[in-house]
Amino acid sequence: MKTYYLHTEHMDVGYGGVPLIQNIEIGVSRGEILTLIGPNGSGKSTILKSMIRQLRLLAGVVVLDGRPMAGLREGDIAKKMAIVMTERLRAELMTGFDVVATGRYPYTGRLGILSDRDRVKVREAIALVHGESFSDRPFAQLSDGQRQRLLLARAVCQEPEVIVLDEPTSFLDVKHKLELLEILKKLVREKDVAVVMSLHELDLAQKISDRVVCVAQNRVDRCGAPEEIFTDEYIESLYGMEKGSYNALFGSLEMARAPGAPRVFVIAGGGSGIPVFRLLQRRGIPFAAGILAENDVDFFVARSLAARVVSVPAFRGIDEKALAQARALMESCRGTYCCLDAFGPENEKNRLLAEEAEARGKRMKKAELDRLGREEL
Amino acid sequence: MAKGARLRLWAGFSILILALLLLIVWNINAGSVHVTPGEIVSILLGGGGENAVIVRNIRLPRILAAALLGGALALSGFLLQTFFANPIAGPFILGISSGAKLVLSLTLIAFLSRGVALGSLALIAASFCGAMLSMGFVLAVSAKVRRMSLLIICGVMIGYICSAVTDFVITFADDANIINLHHWSLGSFSGISWGNVAVLGAVILPVLLAAFLLSKPIGAYQLGEVYAQNMGVNIKAFRAALILLSSVLSASVTAFAGPISFVGVAVPHLIRSLFKTAKPLIMIPACFLGGAVFCLLCDLIARTAFAPTELSISSVTAVFGAPVVILVMLRRQKENL
Repeated sequence: MKTYYLHTEHMDVGYGGVPLIQNIEIGVSRGEILTLIGPNGSGKSTILKSMIRQLRLLAGVVVLDGRPMAGLREGDIAKKMAIVMTERLRAELMTGFDVVATGRYPYTGRLGILSDRDRVKVREAIALVHGESFSDRPFAQLSDGQRQRLLLARAVCQEPEVIVLDEPTSFLDVKHKLELLEILKKLVREKDVAVVMSLHELDLAQKISDRVVCVAQNRVDRCGAPEEIFTDEYIESLYGMEKGSYNALFGSLEMARAPGAPRVFVIAGGGSGIPVFRLLQRRGIPFAAGILAENDVDFFVARSLAARVVSVPAFRGIDEKALAQARALMESCRGTYCCLDAFGPENEKNRLLAEEAEARGKRMKKAELDRLGREEL
Repeated sequence: MAKGARLRLWAGFSILILALLLLIVWNINAGSVHVTPGEIVSILLGGGGENAVIVRNIRLPRILAAALLGGALALSGFLLQTFFANPIAGPFILGISSGAKLVLSLTLIAFLSRGVALGSLALIAASFCGAMLSMGFVLAVSAKVRRMSLLIICGVMIGYICSAVTDFVITFADDANIINLHHWSLGSFSGISWGNVAVLGAVILPVLLAAFLLSKPIGAYQLGEVYAQNMGVNIKAFRAALILLSSVLSASVTAFAGPISFVGVAVPHLIRSLFKTAKPLIMIPACFLGGAVFCLLCDLIARTAFAPTELSISSVTAVFGAPVVILVMLRRQKENL
């Protein structure tokens, strides 16, 4: 069995003595990222708050570095565990540097005066999050993203063995989301730190986590490697998704398909169809897509958005059966739009379909497609 | 620390110390009997003279008491502001001074009517009990409400209730000393002896030192409880220590000078603006000095503005302190928008 750096045993958590989630057994080793995912209000934050002693445990223990945390001194815990929580940090008249420097608290003397070594550590931590350009400004005047980065720097210069973060990416733009997670990865790789965090971004959770804990409906539903957790069906059921769908391969979300019988047949392939599928979905026009190989990127999106998809197994080319199916569908649709301008041995039959549509006067031009849904067909 | 910040630090403390010295001399100098600066120097150096008795036995103890009590009030205010994370918290506004006054009045009446005189320490102990009583109420309220304004309103109400009961008790107590008591209950630095000053120093200075030694956890606590705990602060013990220290401070003030308003709110705010920092390591000594300066100035005005009639110290501190409170609230409002 793996030895966890931080783990819980039979932990019950909740507010005001009422257990919200019971018998939680999760743990994280050094050099590993453990991510909590799950719907809003499922109790991710409650679990994290209980692990850092912000909330009193209703039962069980949290074990840090082999010893129950209840029996450890505050100062010793502070040298091992740092936090980045969603609670606002009050920083009256403090610069960014001052805030980061509070991470040195467990190491400074009686009066908390920073030594030269402390200052070096603080500057290193600020450099790690690329915060040099704004760390001298008043903390209260910084943007949410800048603050979040400095809070991470604060946790880093506390020199912990484990960092607990509650939704650290919430206020960040895409660039800084990636940067923050990149920094966490670096800490894990270079300093062998353990990371426990909750994330809302499934795509990022899938990519950065070594292990994932799924919290839903007041229980820890599943715990495992991202490959085991991130399947279309499981994520959809975890979040109770009724509209739209989740694609585990891309880690992306799709809106719900437009209801009804297909009105447009889209000949697609190789990613050329995705913008058209999205356009039709936005306008609320049900469509059919074809003929797509089942390894085609268009296939994965069409599966979520199209009313009907004509597909063939990967690497085999299009057979007569699929062609007949597509013809029938095309017949029932009022128009056909072809996204392709390149054809080859594998999709020769798609060219055929486009030509047939042309011959019957059913082939739509881009302008016609753009007008769709604005003025009726 | 940046060069500018260090300069500000030196400048700030220099201003405070100069103001303190100036006000001490001015306070000795001014009054119904004028004492020239030359005389002051010779008296302080141990020389005699016709005014030596006035200076040594009346003005000096009063000045020292005003300085110590002013410092205590300001520090108490700073500690309470930290504790409640509320920039307009203070011993008077939260009703702690009034609670101390109530229990102290009751104790005084009970013992005076039996002809027992109470020592300085007993007075402090009694007003400490009162302070803790009010503090208990305020804590109970603060556990229920998170809104800053609501907490203040509850504190003010507690203050009114305590004042009303005190007035009631004083009205119906028949004793020659009641006149004295009534005068004291409005707040004044008059009639303080060297003995009182010694007791005050013995209580307040150790508390000042203790608060200074707590600078580090106070700084952590300013960030918020969650962060303080993660930084290694034992929250329960720390909170208890803060309550204890601030209550002892406001109790000693009330025991000797009655409830004095707004010093606890105004001074920490002015000091923060002067030093442009909230670091407890600087704030604690600076607030103490600032409180001393503030109270010496107010006492000077109280004694001399309408001489020979003496104003109550609280009316003077209110005139200067209350606008500061309004200013703070307006500024907060602007920040929240």
